[in-house]
Amino acid sequence: MLTFIGLGLYGAEDISIKGLEAIKNADSVYLEFYTSNLMGTTVEEMELIYCKKIKPLSRHEVEVERKFLEEAGDRNVVFLTAGDPMVATTHVDLRTEAMKRGIEVRIIHNASILTVAPGLLGLQAYKFGKTGSIPYAEENFRPTTPYEVLRDNQSMGMHTLFLLDIKEDGRYMNPSEAVVLLLEMGKKLEDETFSENSLVCAVSRAGSDNPGIWCGKASEALRTDFGPPLHCIVVPGKLHFMEEEALQRFMNSTSDRQV
Amino acid sequence: MGRKEDNIRKAREIMKQREKIRNIGIAAHIDHGKTTLSDNLIAGAGMMSEEMAGKQLVLDYDEQEQARGITINAANASMVHDYKGDSYLINLIDTPGHVDFGGDVTRAMRAVDGAIVVVCGVEGIMPQTETVIRQALKERVKPVLFINKVDRLINELKVTPEEMQQRFVKVVTGVNKLIARYAPDEFKKEWQVKIEDGTVAFGSAYHNWAISVPFMKKSNISFKDIYEYNQKGDKNAIKELAKKSPIHQVLLDMVIEHLPNPIEAQRYRIPNIWKGDPESPVGKAMLNCDPNGPVAMMVTKIIIDPHAGEVAVGRLFSGKIKKGQELRVVGMPNKNRVQQVAFSVGADRIQVDEIDAGNIVSLVGIKDAVSGSTLTTDPGMEAFEEMKHYSEPVVTVALEAKHMKDLPKLVEVLRSVAKEDPSIQVEINQETGEHLMSGMGELHLEVTIYRIEHEHGVEVKSSPPIVVYRESVEHKGGPFEGKSPNKHNRFYIEVEPLEPEIVDAIHEGTVQSGGKIKDSKALAKQLEELGMKRDEAKNVKAIRGHNMFIDVTKGIQYLHETMELCIQAFEEVYNGGPLASEKLMGVKVKLVDAKLHEDSIHRGPAQVIPAVRNAIYGAMCQAGRILLEPMQKVFINVPQELMGSVTREMQQRRGTIIDIQQEGDMTTVVAKAPVAEMFGFAGAIRSATGGRALWSTENSGFERVPRELQPKIVAQIRTRKGLKPEPYDEAYYAD
Ligand SMILES: Nc1nc2c(ncn2[C@@H]2O[C@H](COP(=O)(O)OP(=O)(O)OP(=O)(O)O)[C@@H](O)[C@H]2O)c(=O)[nH]1
Ligand SMILES: [Mg+2]
Repeated sequence: MLTFIGLGLYGAEDISIKGLEAIKNADSVYLEFYTSNLMGTTVEEMELIYCKKIKPLSRHEVEVERKFLEEAGDRNVVFLTAGDPMVATTHVDLRTEAMKRGIEVRIIHNASILTVAPGLLGLQAYKFGKTGSIPYAEENFRPTTPYEVLRDNQSMGMHTLFLLDIKEDGRYMNPSEAVVLLLEMGKKLEDETFSENSLVCAVSRAGSDNPGIWCGKASEALRTDFGPPLHCIVVPGKLHFMEEEALQRFMNSTSDRQV
Repeated sequence: MGRKEDNIRKAREIMKQREKIRNIGIAAHIDHGKTTLSDNLIAGAGMMSEEMAGKQLVLDYDEQEQARGITINAANASMVHDYKGDSYLINLIDTPGHVDFGGDVTRAMRAVDGAIVVVCGVEGIMPQTETVIRQALKERVKPVLFINKVDRLINELKVTPEEMQQRFVKVVTGVNKLIARYAPDEFKKEWQVKIEDGTVAFGSAYHNWAISVPFMKKSNISFKDIYEYNQKGDKNAIKELAKKSPIHQVLLDMVIEHLPNPIEAQRYRIPNIWKGDPESPVGKAMLNCDPNGPVAMMVTKIIIDPHAGEVAVGRLFSGKIKKGQELRVVGMPNKNRVQQVAFSVGADRIQVDEIDAGNIVSLVGIKDAVSGSTLTTDPGMEAFEEMKHYSEPVVTVALEAKHMKDLPKLVEVLRSVAKEDPSIQVEINQETGEHLMSGMGELHLEVTIYRIEHEHGVEVKSSPPIVVYRESVEHKGGPFEGKSPNKHNRFYIEVEPLEPEIVDAIHEGTVQSGGKIKDSKALAKQLEELGMKRDEAKNVKAIRGHNMFIDVTKGIQYLHETMELCIQAFEEVYNGGPLASEKLMGVKVKLVDAKLHEDSIHRGPAQVIPAVRNAIYGAMCQAGRILLEPMQKVFINVPQELMGSVTREMQQRRGTIIDIQQEGDMTTVVAKAPVAEMFGFAGAIRSATGGRALWSTENSGFERVPRELQPKIVAQIRTRKGLKPEPYDEAYYAD
C-alpha cells in the first residue's frame, strides 16, 4: 500500500494524528522535499518526533527510478510531501502509476498554500483565478506564461497566486525577485497590466507562528526585505470592500513584526 | 645602397598610388611549382638581398617546409616592377597546394584581387586546380594562367611542338570551362583566359624563363625558338633563354596588364564580402578604396613571429593605418593599439609609419585578432562575411603533455595554435579529460604537433590518428514520444534524411548554417526552390552543420516558450548522435506535436531538453542509424610496371579504383578510399614502388560505412570515448 501524507506548511508537528498513525504502521517512510519543503524543521527532527527512519528522495529517484513504487506492491510505504499531497502534479502522476500497478493508494490531507495564502491575506478563496509559478530565468528559458496567467485573471477581476521557484542548490526566490521578473515579462510582451504601480501582496513563512503579510506597490516590493523563505505573492484583482478592509487590518497587525 | 634597399624605398612610395598596386595570389595543385615561381618573381624583381638570391625558396622559410619540400603556410611578399615606364607594387601571396592546408588558400583569396593559376604542363589540370579556381572565383578574384614545367615536356616526355601546343590548348580549355562554371555571371565571359591576349603564359619556373604572346611580339622570340633552346638541353642555352625572356618580366607584365588594381577590384568585391550598408561612410570608403575613410581591414592570417609575437596579416580595404593608432576588433570589447605597421618580403617584415587602403598589411599589437577578424575605426561597422572553407577537419589525435608540469602551458599553446591556424580545432574530451586536436589530415596534424614541440617547446605524447565520423539516418523514423523526467511534458519527433540538394546548398554555403536564422522568409523561399515542402520550409527553426530542426506543429499553447530549449536539445544531439556520440550529418528533425504542462516551472530546461533529446534519439533509432566516414580520393602516378603494387595497396585499404589513365609508360590511378584506412599510406606506397610513385589526395566528403563493419567501428569509438560498447536501443529512449 502507498500512503501519501501531507505534512502541512511549516513544522514537523503540523502533521495530522491520522498521518502520524500511518507513519507508525509503515514499513518504509520516504520524503519528497524538492517540489516544496518545510522550513521550520529538519529531517533529523522529524525522525525524532515520528520515531521512524526517513529516507529523502531526489528528483531523479521520484521521477525516474521510482523504486519505492515496487516496494509498495507488498509492503506499507509512506510518501511524505509538504503541503497537501495532491497539489503537485508529480504526485498525481505517482498515484495514477501506483493504481495502474494495482497498488492500493491512500491520501491523508493537510493544509495547502493554495488556501492558506488567501486566508492569511483575508482574500476570498473563490475569487482566485489560475495559479502560476514564477521560475528563475535560465539560458534559453525566459517564459512569459506567468504574466499571461496574471493578465487573463486580471481581465476577469480575479486574484492571482504565484508560487515562487525553489532550486535544488538551495536558492529560494523572494518576492522582490518575482516582481522584477514579472515586470520584465510585461516589457517583453509590451503589456501594462502589471506595472511598478500595481498592488502586490506577499505571504512569507506561511504556517509558522510568525508569518509575514505584506501589501504594497510593486515598486516598494523591490526595496523590501521579506525575511527568510518560503514566500509566495498574490496580485489582487478587483477587491471587494470586505477584502480591502481585511487586507489593511491584517497587514497592519503584523507589519511591526516584519523584518 | 643595394638593389633590395633601393626597391624597398620605391615600394614605400608606390604604396600610396592605388592604381599602381596589384594584390595577387599564386594558387595551384600540389607541387605544380607555385613557390619556385614566387621565389623567382621576388628574386627577379630584386627584392632578395644578394646573399639570399640563388638559395631556393625564400617563401618556404619555415623549417618544416624546407624539410618536407612543400608549402604549409601562405606567405606574402611585396615587390616592385617597371612596366611601360611606370613602377608598380605587387603584393603577392604564395599558397600551399597540399589539401591539408587548403584553408589557407581560402583565406588568402580574401586578401587579393587577382591570381596566377599555375598548372603543371606534365600533369595538367588536377583536382586541386579545380578547387583553387573555385576558391578564387568565389571571392571574385580574377585569374590568369601560367603553364609550368614546360622544360620537362620537352626534355623528359619528348613531345613534339605540335603535341605541346595541343597540351596547352587542352589546359586552357579546361581552365576556361572551370571559369565558366564557377565565375559570377557578369565575369563568366570577361574572365576567360586566352593565349592570344596574354592572359596565358607558359614556361619553366625552375629554369627561370616564361613566354606569352605579347612578350613574343615585343621581344621577337618565337615558339620555335623556345622549343629549340630547350631541346639543346645545355645549361648555357637555358640561361640565355632566361635572360631573353625572364619569367619575372613576362609574368609581372601579365599581372599588371590583366589583373585589376584595388580601386577597380573593390568596387565589385566589397558587395560580395561585406553585407553592411553600401551608403554608410565605411561602405562608400571601401567601395572606393578610399585612404581617407574609416579604417576597414580584414585579417586573413595570424603568424607567430619568434620576436614580435602575433602578427595579424590582412587586406586593408579603406582608410590608413598608422603606428600607435587604436583599432577596434569587431565583437571584442577593447581597442587594440597598433605597435608596428609593416609589409613583408618572405620572412622579413619591412616597417613603415603608415600604410594606405588597397595594400596587404602586417600589424603587430592587435592581440584580440584571429584569422577572420574585422579591424576598424568605425564603432558601428558590421563585420566582413566569414571565410568559409569547403572542407572540415576529419582527423583527430589525443594529446597529452609528456611532463606533468607542462600541462598548463599545453593548454595555452593549443589555444595559440588554433588561433594561428583556424583549420585546427581543439576540444577537451569530457569523459577522459584529454585534449583532442582535429585537423584536415594526417600531415596537417603531424606538422602542427611538430610546431607545438619545436616552436612552442612543449613535448607531447599523441595517440595514433583517428578519423572523425558522422551519424545519419537511412529512412524516415517516428513520430517518437519523448517524455520529460517529471512526465508532464511530451514531445513527438520525426526524423528523415535531409534532401541532398539542401545538404549540398549548405555545403556550398548558399544556405547558411549555424547561429540564429536572420531572414526566415528568404530562407523559406530558398529551401522551397531546392525542393522542400512549403510547410516545412516556412518553419525551419535552426540549422546546425548539415542538419535542420523544423517545427511543423500548429497552435500549441506555450510551445514558443520552450522553442529555444528544443533547439538547444537539437544542438546537443547534433554534437553527439545516438550511435557513437559523433556529429550528425544530413538529418532533418521535425517536431510534429507536443503536450506541455500549464505551468512554466514544470517545463524548464531540466525537463524539456532531455525530453526532446530522447525523442530525437528514439526517432533516429527507428529511422535506421547509420555511420558515415570521411573519404579521400587518391591520385597516383607510377611507371606502368608498378601498377599492380599500387592497386594491391589500394585494395588492402578498402579502396576502389575509379579510373586508370595511360600516358607513355606512366599510369595514373585514381582511387577512392576511407581516410581511416589511409594512415601510413605515404610510407607504404614509397616502399611498394621504390619511391617511384607521385601521388596526391583530395578530401571527398563522407560516405556510409559498410553495413557489416558498422557495429565493430561503433563499438571501437564508444569504447574509446568511455561509453559502453553497445549503443542504446529505442526502448531506452521511450522511458
Ligand atoms: N623541371 C621543373 N621542375 C619544376 C618546375 N617548377 C617547379 N619544379 C619542381 O617541382 C617541385 C615542386 O615545386 P614547388 O615550387 O615547391 O611547388 P609548389 O606548388 O609550391 O608546392 P606546394 O606548395 O607544396 O604545393 C620542386 O622540386 C621544384 O624544383 C619547372 O618549371 N620545371
Ligand atoms: Mg609551395
